[in-house]
Amino acid sequence: MISTNQHLTSSTTNSFIGMNEAITLKKLITNQSIKIENLDVYIEDQHILKDINLTIPEKSITCIIGPSGCGKSTFLKTLNRMHDESPEVKISGKVFVDDENIYGPHVNVIDTRKKMGLLAQRPCPLPMSIFENVAYGPRIHGIKRRKAVNQTVIQYLQYVGLWDEVRDRVRTSATRLSIGQQQRLCLARGLAIEPEYILGDEATSALDPLSTKKIEELFVKLKEKYTIILVTHTLRQAKRIADHIIFMYMGKIIEAGPTEEFFNNPKKQLTKDYLSGSFS
Amino acid sequence: MKHLEEKIFKVIMICAAMIILGVLVYIIATVFYRGLPSLTLDMITKLPGGGFYLGKEGGVLNAIVGSLYIIIGSLAISILISVPLVMYINFYLPAKSIFSSLIRFSLDILFGIPSIVYGAFGFALMIFLGVRASLLGGILTVAMLIMPIMMRSFDEITRLLSHELPDALLSLGATKYEMVKVIMKQLMPGLVTAILLAIGRGIGDAATVLFTAGYTDNIPASLNQPAATLPLSIFFQLGSPVEEVQNRAYASAIILTVIILILSFSARYFSSRFSKNKI
Amino acid sequence: MRRLRAAKDKTARYIMLGIAIFTILFLLAIGLSLFFKALPIIREKNLWVLLTSADWKPFKGKFGFLPFILSTFYVSLIAIIIALPFSILTSIYLNSYASKSVKRLFEPVVDLLSGIPPIIYGVWGTLTIVPLIANKIATKFVEYSTGYTVLAGGVVLAVMIIPLLISIMVEVFRSIPKEMTDASLSMGATKWQTVKRVILRKSVSGIIAATVLALSRAFGETMAVLMVCGNITQIPHSIFDACYPLPALIANNYGEMLSMPNYESALMFSAFLLFIIVVLFNGLSRFTLNQIERRYQF
Repeated sequence: MISTNQHLTSSTTNSFIGMNEAITLKKLITNQSIKIENLDVYIEDQHILKDINLTIPEKSITCIIGPSGCGKSTFLKTLNRMHDESPEVKISGKVFVDDENIYGPHVNVIDTRKKMGLLAQRPCPLPMSIFENVAYGPRIHGIKRRKAVNQTVIQYLQYVGLWDEVRDRVRTSATRLSIGQQQRLCLARGLAIEPEYILGDEATSALDPLSTKKIEELFVKLKEKYTIILVTHTLRQAKRIADHIIFMYMGKIIEAGPTEEFFNNPKKQLTKDYLSGSFS
Repeated sequence: MKHLEEKIFKVIMICAAMIILGVLVYIIATVFYRGLPSLTLDMITKLPGGGFYLGKEGGVLNAIVGSLYIIIGSLAISILISVPLVMYINFYLPAKSIFSSLIRFSLDILFGIPSIVYGAFGFALMIFLGVRASLLGGILTVAMLIMPIMMRSFDEITRLLSHELPDALLSLGATKYEMVKVIMKQLMPGLVTAILLAIGRGIGDAATVLFTAGYTDNIPASLNQPAATLPLSIFFQLGSPVEEVQNRAYASAIILTVIILILSFSARYFSSRFSKNKI
Repeated sequence: MRRLRAAKDKTARYIMLGIAIFTILFLLAIGLSLFFKALPIIREKNLWVLLTSADWKPFKGKFGFLPFILSTFYVSLIAIIIALPFSILTSIYLNSYASKSVKRLFEPVVDLLSGIPPIIYGVWGTLTIVPLIANKIATKFVEYSTGYTVLAGGVVLAVMIIPLLISIMVEVFRSIPKEMTDASLSMGATKWQTVKRVILRKSVSGIIAATVLALSRAFGETMAVLMVCGNITQIPHSIFDACYPLPALIANNYGEMLSMPNYESALMFSAFLLFIIVVLFNGLSRFTLNQIERRYQF
């Protein structure tokens, strides 16, 4: 039960353990995964992420948990280079996406972001109609033909189960949807750029239980095609949908592993304390 | 393709910003280049002498003092009216009442009325009341001009105040009047900003005082004597055919600009300083 | 004690109510008094003739305001045509592209420009813009121009309203939630795509509001325009003709020659026109903004 990547496993706790050989082998063939080496992130003088080494398995749901302020969201943002927008953030280390270091010298940010569909904490519809929200991604990436755009929009609205609810008002403003519908719209919008990965930053924290359930079901459905990385603050959600768990504390990865093992048999004292609710 | 578009527009944007920066430097440089040689101590300490407008000696002390008198007087009036009004629409009237939106709409219109219209209205009013062009007339007309400016900017700042403080005060059993007195302390920096904004506009405006304040080479001793103002002084000196006098106009322009700059910088300073310890 | 407090509260409330009513009445008073002062000439001539005749001979009792009205519109139009692209581009640059140090440099610059009194813009205009037009620009298009032209008025006015536009637009752009631009960027949109499709779209109503404010400032600006626009009563046929906007008409003539029949009334009529323009503009912009917000409700 040990990753074949020698250089990763050597850094003990900070590496991601727990994929079986078969998956690892398949991963080597498709080369579709995220590997992180010696990642450090500073915001101004603060050391936010400390020496992160990690491999995230493909076609599964990986949940990042930990108390607020532990660096979960910062970590997520390093994956699609959204930190580029804030000059005060300094990043060192390597993040391999599909075997390419996205912090390498000749990498196009646009292409990296296109690979990553991001679902934010609060749904944030763009100032346009429902239809145009979903069409936005395909259009900025150069799809001009009306028919193709229409088809994509309908396809993804159907996929998130929104089409039947909004089919008679797709041309009206997206802000009039309920907040749960908005989040599904944002998911459809993210999927329409045809990413390989889906990043969720506490994507259900603003939603009611019913909408949360719908989104969670979608994630489970999506993991057949996509690699999903979610930041969550509720342990129960992680338990419900995650295949793998990463536990972060004070900018470090404390423990990582398959969900069942992580919850039933935590190895670190800090993890045990966290799971038992001694701190949050 | 889309990166090309991005680059082109970025260049255009930088050009636009540079041109604006350039124009500012150009304006300041022009005025200073022409005016600085004539800017002597006499300019700010002496009244215009006998042949001042023909190039003889003297200064524009009359205009400096006149402008200050007018702005101080009109400020006093407009503060007395603006503060209660802003408090009233924000804390006494219900949040979305028709009355408060009617008042705000009136303020928007008053804000947009050109200063020359205020000048004309003020003059007509003065004829009606039998007052001649004087310090008092100038004060009243400038007050009309700066009142809406002050009310609007103070109102905008007040609207940003959270509802927690008023609610907390009311729940302690304070009357609304007592509540407003406490809130005013909180809003002081906002009021200062609004006042300084109003000063900047009021002191530089020539059209309001053109008919209403008159012009004199002396310092007004009472409210019903005419008063000189800096913008008009610049205007008259510029109209002179003598080059020496024209240069003095630029020197006066420097004086006026410096007064306004000091005010606007202190506005920024005050508002940034006070906003730190605001809730 | 309690009674005293309640009484104080009540008094304060009535005083404030009085002031609030006064403010509205003040607006009405301005409008009505200008109207009644202008009434003699409206009665005597016909309103339509006043507005559409170009015949301005006060000594012969002929008052056609068309040259002044057109001058006002032309000068303002040129000003806004020049100022709008500059301001939008600069504010976008400041909001989305510029580094912190550039922003810090621009803040006082915009403050400075908006703090400079109109008269100084006028001075600058006569010194630089007028000769530039007379000697360099106009010579390429027309045989002779003094430089005191519609174009000079427009340029000076544009420089005056640019800081106003920038300071409002920067606020408008800043008020767009970061999540929204992040959402667009995270989908792989370039910055310019985000600006074009999200930021500008979200700010339409704010930009309109800023434009209206700047236009109403332009309509009423007196001294700076007066100093550079030539003040010749004629309908300007090109931007190299001199013109005579309404505010300049009032400023140059009011307070003198009031003994002439109807002259004062005519000048008050121009003040009334400016007043009406501002009221209409404000009302119209409010209406359109409401429509935009109702339709898109962003």
